[in-house]
Amino acid sequence: MDRQLPVGERATLLARRRRSAIMTSLVWCASAVCLLPLVLITAHLLIGGARVLGPRFFTALPAPPGVAGGGVANGIAGTLLLLVIAAAIGLPIGLGAGLYLAERTRTRLAEAVRFLADVLSGLPSIVIGIFVWELIVRPSGQFSALAGGVALGVLMIPLITRATEAMVQLVPNALREAALALGYSRARTSLTIVLRTALPGIVTASLLAIARVAGETAPLLFTAFGTPYWSLRLDAPVAALPLQIFNYATSPYDDWRAQAWGGALVLIVLVFALSWLARRVTDRRRERLSSVVAGGAGE
Amino acid sequence: MWWLGVPVSDVMPHEPAVTARPTPAVLARVDATPEDGRSAAPSLRFDRLTATYGERVAVRDVSLECAPGRVTAIIGPSGCGKSSLLRCVNRLHESVADARVAGAVHLDDQDVYAPDVDAVDIRRRIGFVSQRPTPFPMMSIRDNVVAGLRIGSRRLDARALDACVERTLRRVGLWEEVARRLDDDPAALSGGQQQRLCLARALAPEPRLLLLDEPTASLDPLSTQRVEELVYTLRGEVTVLIVTHNLQQAARVSDTTAFMLDGQLVEAARTRTLFTTPADPRTEAYITGRFG
Repeated sequence: MDRQLPVGERATLLARRRRSAIMTSLVWCASAVCLLPLVLITAHLLIGGARVLGPRFFTALPAPPGVAGGGVANGIAGTLLLLVIAAAIGLPIGLGAGLYLAERTRTRLAEAVRFLADVLSGLPSIVIGIFVWELIVRPSGQFSALAGGVALGVLMIPLITRATEAMVQLVPNALREAALALGYSRARTSLTIVLRTALPGIVTASLLAIARVAGETAPLLFTAFGTPYWSLRLDAPVAALPLQIFNYATSPYDDWRAQAWGGALVLIVLVFALSWLARRVTDRRRERLSSVVAGGAGE
Repeated sequence: MWWLGVPVSDVMPHEPAVTARPTPAVLARVDATPEDGRSAAPSLRFDRLTATYGERVAVRDVSLECAPGRVTAIIGPSGCGKSSLLRCVNRLHESVADARVAGAVHLDDQDVYAPDVDAVDIRRRIGFVSQRPTPFPMMSIRDNVVAGLRIGSRRLDARALDACVERTLRRVGLWEEVARRLDDDPAALSGGQQQRLCLARALAPEPRLLLLDEPTASLDPLSTQRVEELVYTLRGEVTVLIVTHNLQQAARVSDTTAFMLDGQLVEAARTRTLFTTPADPRTEAYITGRFG
């Protein structure tokens, strides 16, 4: 087409194309640099972790230094236990608070809750660890899985609160009114229509929140504490992957440091799996919500 | 199948009469009590109704009576308070923050705003369809239709619900299109189908009063025609209040038409009268297209 263009315009066009190519490659480089740490970390983990990874790694308890083999079975189980406790605390509170924020946007309490949730999510996680230590560990006189779970749960609350609020606010008001007009009570409208419509988004956010706290180490240091033994008791110290990684990586023994890489790999795979699951749910939510909005339930 | 049993002409014995402020005239009642003994279509009366959003007055001192079993259309330019007036009937107006209502809305002899009246009870007796389709997502087409039935105290077995789904969807002309995919998400339907689904959802509990807020504003001509035909068949059985931008639609479907301007009721009269010999010059200006 540009063959027919006058010479002057043709030069302009070429210049534009050149500029476009330069900018595109710059943006491309930025994306590549952005991805680089993730790629490097993953590669490093794969190389370092693969050496110790085997069936035994998932089924065996940690071995004493100098003894070959050993695994992180108790760490994996402990992390899952901690996540279950955290979700049991963080999900209901976060969901309830988020729903309140979205449905009672402008009350003074809502403003306060919103502000505090933001502060809480910005709080260093080790501070939450100390808080739970004061709250549970000191009075009960022992480190425990419960304390660790509570610490992670407190970390989850603001994440789930703000995500729920955002998702519920995406629900078109016309949908709320349709339910009210049909004779739904306010509570029923919120729970069965609004929350249900926002559910896929909330599930996504919850999975991401769980993935986020799964890797937390600091709040577990003086709550769950960690143990080299098998324990799933709520009132006793429990092992957790991040704690084991921390202990192994800072140890002077070569075989333990190798195990740290393996543990890190397992943890990353767990987080990847949760994120991937979250993405899948999100895609379905987008489809649904966009079709509702396109159907015109806006405003 | 009570709505098929009686020819439309039989349930429209005489022309209704409606007057605007200051005093609503006593209207000729259509005696439309169905043979099966269910409640008759109620009359609807606005009594010096004023509705506000904070400082803004949306509806100003409106008195209007809608005859039972008849279709009343409200016309007027955008922002004249038509929808607000409609939303005062089922008390949706008060669900908005800072919204206030003064005056009364009577359903037969019951004041909707009386202190001992529960808004939820009122809403269960009134069907409502909004301007844009609002099917409940995360709920199948079938569940959408019976959503209003599931909340009542009545317990219905699966067979009765299925029968209701088919009956109601046939009524809105959607059955043939969705019969094979009742368990699908309504999001898969077209806009027109979604709106007819919402109409079905509003009709399933068999309300005796139906509020339609520009129900065909986002519909294609064929879907619009179907909705209008449905409204026509509801005559005698259901009192219908329909807000519309479309003057032709008001002329086609309604028995009486009310014209609103700036929150006030300018004129209400038999539809034919209002469109041929309007009493107020503003009405004439509007219907002849001089503004709005």
